[in-house]
Amino acid sequence: MAASSDTVTPSSLRHAFGNVFSLFILILIGVLAFSIRLFSVIKYESVIHEFDPYFNYRVTQFLTKNGIYDFWNWFDDRTWYPLGRVIGGTVYPGLTLTAGTLWWILNSLNIPLSVETVCVFTAPTFSALAAWATYLLTKEVKGTGAGLTAAALLAMVPSYISRSVAGSYDNEAVAIFALIFTFYLYIKTLNTGSLFYATLNALAYFYMVCSWGGYTFIINLIPMHALLCIVTGRYSPRLYIAYAPLVILGTLLAALVPVVGFNAVMTSEHFASFLVFLILNVVGLVYYIKGMLTPKMFKVAVTLVVSAGLIVCCAVVAVLVALVASSPTKGWSGRSLSLLDPTYASKYIPIIASVSEHQPPTWPSYFMDINVLAFLVPAGIIACFLPLTDASSFVILYLVTSVYFSGVMVRLMLVLAPAACIMSGIALSSAFGVFTRSIKFASIGKQDDAGDIGNGVTQNHVVKPDRNEEPPKEKASRKKKKEKENVEKAPTATKKSERRLLMLPMEASVVAILLLVLLGAFYVVHCVWAAAEAYSAPSIVLTSQSHDGLHVFDDFREAYAWLSHNTDVDDKVASWWDYGYQTTAMANRTVIVDNNTWNNTHIATVGTAMSSPEKAAWEIFNSLDVKYVLVVFGGLVGYPSDDINKFLWMVRIGGGVFPHIKEPDYLRDGQYRIDNMATPTMLNCLMYKLSYYRFVETDGKGFDRVRRTEIGKKHFKLTHFEEVFTTHHWMVRIYKLKPPKNRLRGKTKKSKSKPTSTLSKRSATQKKNPWQ
Amino acid sequence: MSRPLLSLLTFLFLSIICNAFSPENPTDRKVLVLLDDLSVKSSHSLYFQSLQSRGYDLDFKLADDPRVALQRYGQYLYDALILFSPTIESLGGSLNAAAILDFVDSGHDLILAADASASDLIREIATECGVDFDEDQAAMVIDHTSFAVSDTEGDHTLIAGDNFIQSDVILGKEKIKAPVLFKGIGHSVNPANSLVLKVLSASPAAYSANPKSKLSTPPTLTGSAIGLVSVVQARNNARILISGSLSMFSNRFFRSGVQKAGSTINHGRSGNEQFVTEISKWVFHERGHLKAVNVRHHKVGEADEPSIYRINDELEYSLEIYEWSGTSWEPYVADDVQVQFYMMSPYVLKTMSTDQKGIYYTSFKVPDVYGVFQFKVEYEKLGVTSLSLAKQIPVRPFRHNEYERFITAAFPYYGASFSMMGGFFIFSLVYLYHK
Repeated sequence: MAASSDTVTPSSLRHAFGNVFSLFILILIGVLAFSIRLFSVIKYESVIHEFDPYFNYRVTQFLTKNGIYDFWNWFDDRTWYPLGRVIGGTVYPGLTLTAGTLWWILNSLNIPLSVETVCVFTAPTFSALAAWATYLLTKEVKGTGAGLTAAALLAMVPSYISRSVAGSYDNEAVAIFALIFTFYLYIKTLNTGSLFYATLNALAYFYMVCSWGGYTFIINLIPMHALLCIVTGRYSPRLYIAYAPLVILGTLLAALVPVVGFNAVMTSEHFASFLVFLILNVVGLVYYIKGMLTPKMFKVAVTLVVSAGLIVCCAVVAVLVALVASSPTKGWSGRSLSLLDPTYASKYIPIIASVSEHQPPTWPSYFMDINVLAFLVPAGIIACFLPLTDASSFVILYLVTSVYFSGVMVRLMLVLAPAACIMSGIALSSAFGVFTRSIKFASIGKQDDAGDIGNGVTQNHVVKPDRNEEPPKEKASRKKKKEKENVEKAPTATKKSERRLLMLPMEASVVAILLLVLLGAFYVVHCVWAAAEAYSAPSIVLTSQSHDGLHVFDDFREAYAWLSHNTDVDDKVASWWDYGYQTTAMANRTVIVDNNTWNNTHIATVGTAMSSPEKAAWEIFNSLDVKYVLVVFGGLVGYPSDDINKFLWMVRIGGGVFPHIKEPDYLRDGQYRIDNMATPTMLNCLMYKLSYYRFVETDGKGFDRVRRTEIGKKHFKLTHFEEVFTTHHWMVRIYKLKPPKNRLRGKTKKSKSKPTSTLSKRSATQKKNPWQ
Repeated sequence: MSRPLLSLLTFLFLSIICNAFSPENPTDRKVLVLLDDLSVKSSHSLYFQSLQSRGYDLDFKLADDPRVALQRYGQYLYDALILFSPTIESLGGSLNAAAILDFVDSGHDLILAADASASDLIREIATECGVDFDEDQAAMVIDHTSFAVSDTEGDHTLIAGDNFIQSDVILGKEKIKAPVLFKGIGHSVNPANSLVLKVLSASPAAYSANPKSKLSTPPTLTGSAIGLVSVVQARNNARILISGSLSMFSNRFFRSGVQKAGSTINHGRSGNEQFVTEISKWVFHERGHLKAVNVRHHKVGEADEPSIYRINDELEYSLEIYEWSGTSWEPYVADDVQVQFYMMSPYVLKTMSTDQKGIYYTSFKVPDVYGVFQFKVEYEKLGVTSLSLAKQIPVRPFRHNEYERFITAAFPYYGASFSMMGGFFIFSLVYLYHK
């Protein structure tokens, strides 16, 4: 902050002290944001988590090994066999490039960290950056105090932690920072009218486009805000400078990202920005002409322009409508459509609906993910209306839209979290401002204060609520600066009366502050608990606490290691798409489908194979050159997200493309069950057989601990598949496709002593069951 | 890295220690002959001599000899098995039907002769190979129209069969002129079973029944659906000969003359010797055994094999196919070898040209589709080894700098954008500095 240094007054000294202090607070917030995300490393190990991060990790490895051009042109032949996948053109490269650059810089500085380490710690690093970006954004809206509070809140909001713990190496890790930073630059441009910030804004937007598909949120939210400003008569040249370069430069830059390309100008998600750009130009022209003409002339011109403009607008709208209507989905991608119409996905796109993070959230998940912020947000909205500025109206708009989106898809809770933090930061800071001022006035008494007390911009921090000395000076210099920058501010005259009105009894203030501190403490406790217990599990290693100690289930890595050591390098492994990324990254084997669900038909083929009887499944897999089939089975240890529980989605997705697979065939009276009431189709499908093959040998009854029932068909043999590996806790089972029979049998009576029966019996006893 | 090397070494080592059946030298060398009783050795000596004269090392054993064994320490001792013991109920030693089928499944050959009194064991082995002998234990093939004329009237179970399969590969180039004498049981094969071939079928008037009793029900096997001699080529190219008659191989049938009923020609010698010798050559891989080697592909104008192709590349593909003649590898000449460029379905299917010296080659353009393709050669022809080669090769799209940089058709757009830039620059100058 450029404080005037011509006269060293006590106030400017204290102001400088405040700046240093807030700098330290910011550093501490950064440390907090980083360290609260290390629970996963401490409790488990430094390892990449879940599914998508494994793909990102693999891509990063490729990038660091082969350089950016090979990455750009990478055609991956080890996934989506036999279609392959053009990684360079279908991946948002922001995260990979970021981590790759970090790794490169560290190595250039002779800090020999492995790629994996860099990947693991990318997310915590960027959450510290995101906290600082939140500080900047909120500072632009409501001043330093609110900024620091919001930054502290964001540093530990559970919703964000869930996506950015160490090891959660996913796009969201850097995208949330990019999102907040883009918003900050937009607000900054809006507040200053500086072309420099506008250009930076476009670049930040470019980074966001590189990082995450959620960039469409920005390119729709900012036009909405611009439109709101125009409609509410807040048009200014600053708005034009903030908006126009963003749309033009941003769109040009976005089109440079291969995965976006022409989508930046051809899909409906981006049309709103162009329309608003058009409107903004018209409005700008109108204001320009208004400034040139006399009011009378202006009236004439308005009627002229309005009539002509209406015609033009109608024509443009008609062209747009025609263009949009010519595409079957009206130019919207499936994911965006499911945002606008929450029931769209479940009706038409089972593959989107099948992902649990695309489901609408439940109410408890709001409390789990943003905790007390949910209660503070309304207060923050009220604070934003006192007074309503361009910046605060933007924050309100951001909050409202993100609340809607989070209601549609649970994973968009992540977008809501920063908005909620900003709002709550504003609310807390305003509340502390009011209360501390009340205390101060009560203690100082009638003595008229020389300081110019502002409208609730106080420097406060949850952990240090008693710092009521700073605000006046802080505010003073802020105001000076603001005036210098020609920013419209509520006239100071109203402030005095406002100040008087906001006085509260001292006791009430003290109690209220105590309660707020308590609330903050509760939030901190909850966040630490969530970070430590709920969101740190890497999901490739599972633990369970029981009376006889801690159990670790490391079956996934066991299975992938088995694959990488015991199968041929070019063997193809089929599994449901959830495990595709992990199989390619950890086992280095070719997979048929993976988590990048770009080809519905291919996934449906695998789904059909899993829902077919053995022979048909064998033929499907054989036609895809599959050697091994991998299923995840939780029935023995009670791991609920196994393939049997996902199976109905395989049926649905398979049936969507191959109509001979019908969902009712797998349901008994509309109920999904695997006990002896299950339908014959269910009991004979490949997924059932591969999951429950030899399961009865574990406890003699075949009791499935996930479904809490005994299985329907206990004793059966596999004819076209053979079990090759089952992990320690039976969580992953790998089967091999039997080769076609060397000889074809004749059809006369079966002989008594079958030659194969002895063989299969031998192999069955080879594998010792750990539970007997 | 070391695994292929190791397997290569083991392979070399093995091929040195057992100068026997190997991919390089596919003809069998050591043959185990299992007999019901040793008199067969002399009664069928002509056949055995013909084998020995071609270099086979025959090891005669009684089928129920307790010391008989096919393998020792996991290594097979023999390359082929001749089972001339139709009546045996259980084999000696550790041998049983499963052991014999395992022997076949590991790529070894089998000649099996049944007879009117074929045991369950023999029937089971045949069934496992896809040949179903008539379930009636007492049934024999009877033919009242094409039986062999003999001095006594008989019951027409001695058949003069001349309904051969039309295949030079299996039966040799030289036509079998005289009918083959056959006396034994018939079998049926499932027409859907592509691995079994009836080499000698009965005439349309034949049927399978008990000659000693009156027919009370219609016979289950009739007409040319009855197979007399069949061969099986398993998927691993092990070859099996199954005959319903052991006496077909006997010296007596070899030497006797034959006159088919209704025919005036009296052949001095039956066709048995020629038929059985030729078919044994086929079974023991002296004929129709192909190998494909030196599969090569590269871009036109280059010599090295790339690890990946780009869409629309021109490529050349070649391989060499040789046929084993019993002593050496001869070039295989055919005009119907096709190569597919395959990704879920064949994108390119081309018949390859040959230079008559065993090299087959073609060239084509990679389709405008990227993905993981395969060069596939699926060569399946009657009687010869089925060749199934697949070589995986990915095809990538253009790199970012392989597209055409300046397209003529787009010049108006270039003009538009550059004139726009220039215009904006001039406009800015004028607006800023020209008051």
